[in-house]
Amino acid sequence: MSGIDLTTRIGSLELRNPLMAASGCFGYGVEYADAVDLTTIGAVVSKGLFLKERSGHPPQRIVETPSGMLNAIGLQGIGVHRYIKEKLPELRRLGATNVINICGSTLDEYVELARILSDAEGVHALEINISCPNIKEGGITFGCSLHGTFDVVSAIKKVTHLPVIPKLTPNVTDVASIAKSAEDAGADAVSLVNTFLAMAIDVETRRPKLSNIVGGLSGPAIRPIAVRMVYECRRAIKIPIIGMGGIANATDVLEFMIAGATAVQVGTANFVDPFIWSKLLDGMRDYLTRHSIARIADLVGTVDTSTREKQWISS
Amino acid sequence: MPVDVEARVIRNTRLSSDYNVIELAAPEIADATAPGQFVMVKPGRGGDPLLRRPFSVFEVVREHGRVTGITLLSKRVGITTSMLFDAVEGDTISCLGPLGKPFELVDPPAEAWMVAGGVGLAPFATLAEALVARGTKTTLFYGARSGKELFYLDWFASRGIELKLATEDGTHGDKGRITVPLERELQRAGSAEVMVYACGPEPMLEAVAHVAEKYGRPSQVSVERVMGCGMGGCYSCVIPVKDSGGGQHYVRSCIGGPVFKGADLVWD
Repeated sequence: MSGIDLTTRIGSLELRNPLMAASGCFGYGVEYADAVDLTTIGAVVSKGLFLKERSGHPPQRIVETPSGMLNAIGLQGIGVHRYIKEKLPELRRLGATNVINICGSTLDEYVELARILSDAEGVHALEINISCPNIKEGGITFGCSLHGTFDVVSAIKKVTHLPVIPKLTPNVTDVASIAKSAEDAGADAVSLVNTFLAMAIDVETRRPKLSNIVGGLSGPAIRPIAVRMVYECRRAIKIPIIGMGGIANATDVLEFMIAGATAVQVGTANFVDPFIWSKLLDGMRDYLTRHSIARIADLVGTVDTSTREKQWISS
Repeated sequence: MPVDVEARVIRNTRLSSDYNVIELAAPEIADATAPGQFVMVKPGRGGDPLLRRPFSVFEVVREHGRVTGITLLSKRVGITTSMLFDAVEGDTISCLGPLGKPFELVDPPAEAWMVAGGVGLAPFATLAEALVARGTKTTLFYGARSGKELFYLDWFASRGIELKLATEDGTHGDKGRITVPLERELQRAGSAEVMVYACGPEPMLEAVAHVAEKYGRPSQVSVERVMGCGMGGCYSCVIPVKDSGGGQHYVRSCIGGPVFKGADLVWD
């Protein structure tokens, strides 16, 4: 098992392995440093950062649903300046590979964030949040249109040397066309999917369970839809895909990679088991050994549809 | 550093039709737990429930001088608490902890007044033991709906804890809320130095914090919010805390709490 190569390339960024902690599911990373050696995770994606601090939505912010959860946190956060001052030095010391998730309400804010972070030591890539379903100004308006996606990615590409990874929403008619638009704008990779806009109501009180009324659905419940979207995007674009949506074990990681994801992110499952990372890596190595695959990169996009009907899918 | 233990159920004692005390073989957690800390619990491996639920460590169990496990005091209200109620000896329950900020202890001549509402008794067994070990005079104010829902009275009494009880139906102690005896005793306390500790429903915590403040006593309250991870990862369990500038900001109750100074919280 020791000879297996898990290294993963996302544009100019080389990761130790394809596992990334998903944005908003791992705090700023430092919260987990007592429990997890951050150097064993391919990358830590920060909680979404705006230029300024944000207080987020009032509680109740989450509700559990069958095999999943809704969240409407509302991007509570310390803002980019405090992040660079208070969190980044510790993350550098811990040896983490840091992907910073940035959110803006205007194109200028995204560009400003990209500029600031490009000058900060210890930032390895930018994930562009154009997909948060919970706040109006979280870039969802960019992420829901081809032009918006193109404009924000190309504007950020002009001001940074860092890999640029727009994070896409599944709440669109055709996520593959959005992915193509991101690729055309020069994105180094895309990550997908963010959460599915959803709702839960307390029938006794007839009130929405979340203070924000609606929230984003994550967890194993969404995994098959996310896998299908990764598969569709793999056929539409050449740049790497970072797949996510309900990954809870090594089999799920492998499913996303076979569907076409070069790397994956784990979110909700980390809430359940903060020690999941070593278990995922063990399971992946075990699989690769059993299948005599020396490099995990060789597994990416190897889904065999030759014996299956596939008229349902476009392109 | 928290650990995740697949803890075997040693015994499960039903105290009533909906309260139980479940003993779990988790010596690593028991050893490291300070009064007021909690564990994130997941019975069953599937997706229902998907997330863990927070529970205060109720007792640290010792046998022959060795720490062997913890107990949880649970009230059956949802799926996880139902599974804890129904669990039998030999089942395993995933238990992550210890987590959160513990209570700050006080030493004589200060007295400790613990105020519990219902299942809010949970953090006070370990707190009482720690206070008694320091020689701190400790009183338990304990309120419930009825006398049948007041548990572990002998446990506390045998450790020299003075009991002040209240029930909403008047079947035991004062009739009404636990703030009735609390306020009466504060009126009688003169200049005695008292730290008020509270755990229970949030309206009770608010009332206790206000009564303590009214009589010039500090309070520490243990809150329970809807929690996702217990580690500071998800930002779901936030509670509003006062700013120095007069505003407020949300603090994660899992790592900023669950114990807060009563005077610091903004009540909804």
